[in-house]
Amino acid sequence: MTQLLQPIAENLWTNEAEPALLGGRLPNGKIVFPYPSGDAAEGVEPYRLSRKGTLWSWTRQDFQPKEPFEGPEPFQPYLLGYVELPGEVIVETRIVDCVLEDLKLGMPMEFVVAPFDATRATYAFRPEKA
Amino acid sequence: MEDVYIIGAGIHPFGRTDGRSGRDQGVYAVRQAMADAGIDWTDVGCAYGGSAAAGSADIMVNELGLTGLPFINVANGCATGGSALASARNAIAAGEFDVALAVGFDKHPRGAFNAKPREYGLPEWYGQTGMMLTTQFFALKIQRYMQLHGISRETLGRVAEKAFRNGVHADHAWRRSPVDLETILNSPMVNDPLTKYMFCAPAEGAVALILASGKKVRELGADAVRIASVAVRTRPPGSFEVFAPSVDIDNGGKPTILASKAAFEQAGIGPEDISVAQLQDTESGAEIMHMAENGFCKDGDQEQWLREGRTEVTGKLPVNTDGGCLACGEPIGASGLRQVYENTVQLRGRGGGRQVPGSPKTAYSHVYGAPGLSGVCILER
Repeated sequence: MTQLLQPIAENLWTNEAEPALLGGRLPNGKIVFPYPSGDAAEGVEPYRLSRKGTLWSWTRQDFQPKEPFEGPEPFQPYLLGYVELPGEVIVETRIVDCVLEDLKLGMPMEFVVAPFDATRATYAFRPEKA
Repeated sequence: MEDVYIIGAGIHPFGRTDGRSGRDQGVYAVRQAMADAGIDWTDVGCAYGGSAAAGSADIMVNELGLTGLPFINVANGCATGGSALASARNAIAAGEFDVALAVGFDKHPRGAFNAKPREYGLPEWYGQTGMMLTTQFFALKIQRYMQLHGISRETLGRVAEKAFRNGVHADHAWRRSPVDLETILNSPMVNDPLTKYMFCAPAEGAVALILASGKKVRELGADAVRIASVAVRTRPPGSFEVFAPSVDIDNGGKPTILASKAAFEQAGIGPEDISVAQLQDTESGAEIMHMAENGFCKDGDQEQWLREGRTEVTGKLPVNTDGGCLACGEPIGASGLRQVYENTVQLRGRGGGRQVPGSPKTAYSHVYGAPGLSGVCILER
């Protein structure tokens, strides 16, 4: 189903059978996300980020954000957090396919492309399937 | 450097004042500060001030008087007040002026701040997908901190409970009724683990401080407090800050740690020498983490500190004696100066029902804001 949805932005994740977030490698070796735009991209190599990581922190968004939020109506609370991709970078992400009570510091997480609204997809992580 | 003193402090009550613009609240605070200092607008040599959402400060000369003084607009987000204070202090320390004004004011619409990605150099999808909210950052930072250092939800609640209790005694506070721990813990969740009563709200208000040289203090016989140090620092590499789509895996320093160290060094004293502190408490978790980041306790000790009431007005280190942001709300441009205002009140012994006992001699203030900057000011009596 998510194949039919448009990515919310271009070049956020790779276009392949097993997509992954697209980060950048700075000249000093540091990995960043997202891939920078404009002059900041100079000397930054595109870098395919790991699809697996561990949960670094999390929360649930319980009130409807003002614009520029474009989530579907009626508003549904959603989970988000940071996932540490070992040796790479810690990325902020939507968290899907679980509830708040499932989340624990350091638990294994995996990358997934998830529906954002009726027409668009965004990236997310979910607890790794055992 | 010349010693610099605060000789006048004025405040427009925080909260909501329909029908009065943010800048008019600023003018109100300036007039109060001048009356407090016993000076006229013609005595003010230079001025620094600003707001985040209520326009430029320099237009105040229309109301205050066209004396020809240099009036520098400061637009530094949450550090607007701190930067104005640092600049005013430096102008006097450099010997160019004997009297300077630092003023901050604001007026925000109701509800959480809605930052624009572009203004922070971030991609649009970051805002569209609902990840660019300040409240989330605070929740994400304290969530991790609680897991790593054993801080309980009850301790988060105690911070808010103390804030509302202190706000009762502060004329300028917005929330002036106590709220009990049960109510705080059971109020609607905003961003887990932080409930509604654990968050401050965007608000309105203004603060003005009149700074003067030692020569002017003697001339006026002013009720002065000395600025022992001011330090504003931006984030170092590898720090975790608000509005960060990614964070470096190598945990770096923090702007608060840098600003705090610099301020203590300049003042030549340490955390153990501080009698009263105002620490950025955008929400309960921030106060807890900032206690440690500013060097007042070790990570995790806050659990015991709060349980034992060590940060109460009558405790070993009173924190946020006017109820902080939680009870006063957060008009961004004025918020950092409110902390310095409150410290001035405390050192002059004018705190009334919230006065720290035993004639406090040293007072510490700390403001934090996007996109990762901190301002610290130490006052001495």
